[in-house]
Amino acid sequence: MHELGIAASILESVEKEAERHPGGHISRVGVKIGELSGVDGDALQFGFEVLVKDTPWEPLTLEVELVPRVQRCSKCAYEFRMTDFDPRCPLCGDFASQCISGEELDIAYMEVDE
Amino acid sequence: MNRIAVERKVLNENQILAEQLRERYRQNGVLCVNLISAPGSGKTALLERTLERMDNSTRVAVLTGDLQTENDAKRLAKFGFPVKQITTGGTCHLDAKMIERHLAGWSLEDLDLLIVENVGNLVCPSSYDLGEAAKIVLLSTTEGEDKPLKYPSIFFKSELMLLTKIDLLPYVPFNAGLARENARRVHPGMEIIDVSSITGEGLDRWMGWLQARQKKPVAADS
Repeated sequence: MHELGIAASILESVEKEAERHPGGHISRVGVKIGELSGVDGDALQFGFEVLVKDTPWEPLTLEVELVPRVQRCSKCAYEFRMTDFDPRCPLCGDFASQCISGEELDIAYMEVDE
Repeated sequence: MNRIAVERKVLNENQILAEQLRERYRQNGVLCVNLISAPGSGKTALLERTLERMDNSTRVAVLTGDLQTENDAKRLAKFGFPVKQITTGGTCHLDAKMIERHLAGWSLEDLDLLIVENVGNLVCPSSYDLGEAAKIVLLSTTEGEDKPLKYPSIFFKSELMLLTKIDLLPYVPFNAGLARENARRVHPGMEIIDVSSITGEGLDRWMGWLQARQKKPVAADS
């Protein structure tokens, strides 16, 4: 239920970036949302649309890229997508692995129409 | 049309503030922990027992967050340590700005331990770094064993899990082994301590954990 606040933070970043492009219009912002970030992509999309609607920010599209949880085996360094919370390395069977992606809550890019 | 790579955290402003707080804690030798759980898992009861057992050599302060009421601050103020209530007025989590604001008036030099009791919620607090050295998640025996699987983010990000209300184990259909297994599936190697704020079981281990953690360097990321 904090997606509206997250959406507002994204819009703040857009506002900052817009200041650097006087006369331009930011039409798209891309974010990366990790599986472990605790943020729901659909709720974020909805909150963002609500914030942008009927404001000078329109047209502005939010593109959400969902990032899966990837682990790296501590023994054989194999990288694998973790499904169903099974930490075992599918290659060597070792239980020790480290999370290398899936925690993202990042703005990746913005598109500016100059 | 021009695409610009931004590569910035969505919660950049919060992150910057959190890093500033972390640096202030580091400079002043303060351990800050962030207690997170569902409503009713026993955060405040645990804090009461914790403050009760704290000897005078540890200078501890508590920030306690809730949507409404000063009830928790009143409960915790009895032990003679500085306590402040953060009333969010509806917001479902604490953020770094709220912490910074409520620290005003306290001198960090005079503290060893700052305990932040987050708003009861397993989802939103996991996204907001408060500058803490460690997040601590509580799971009680009156909840489901599968909570770590349902709310993986917070169990993944927490350094320690406290399994609370273990005095109720004989009366509730809660499989503690399965709960621990689920927690470690989400977060392999996570430390887990079983506690009861009623009988006092496990509290020595918890106090020992806090004491040992004060000697460790602050985690670079949380």
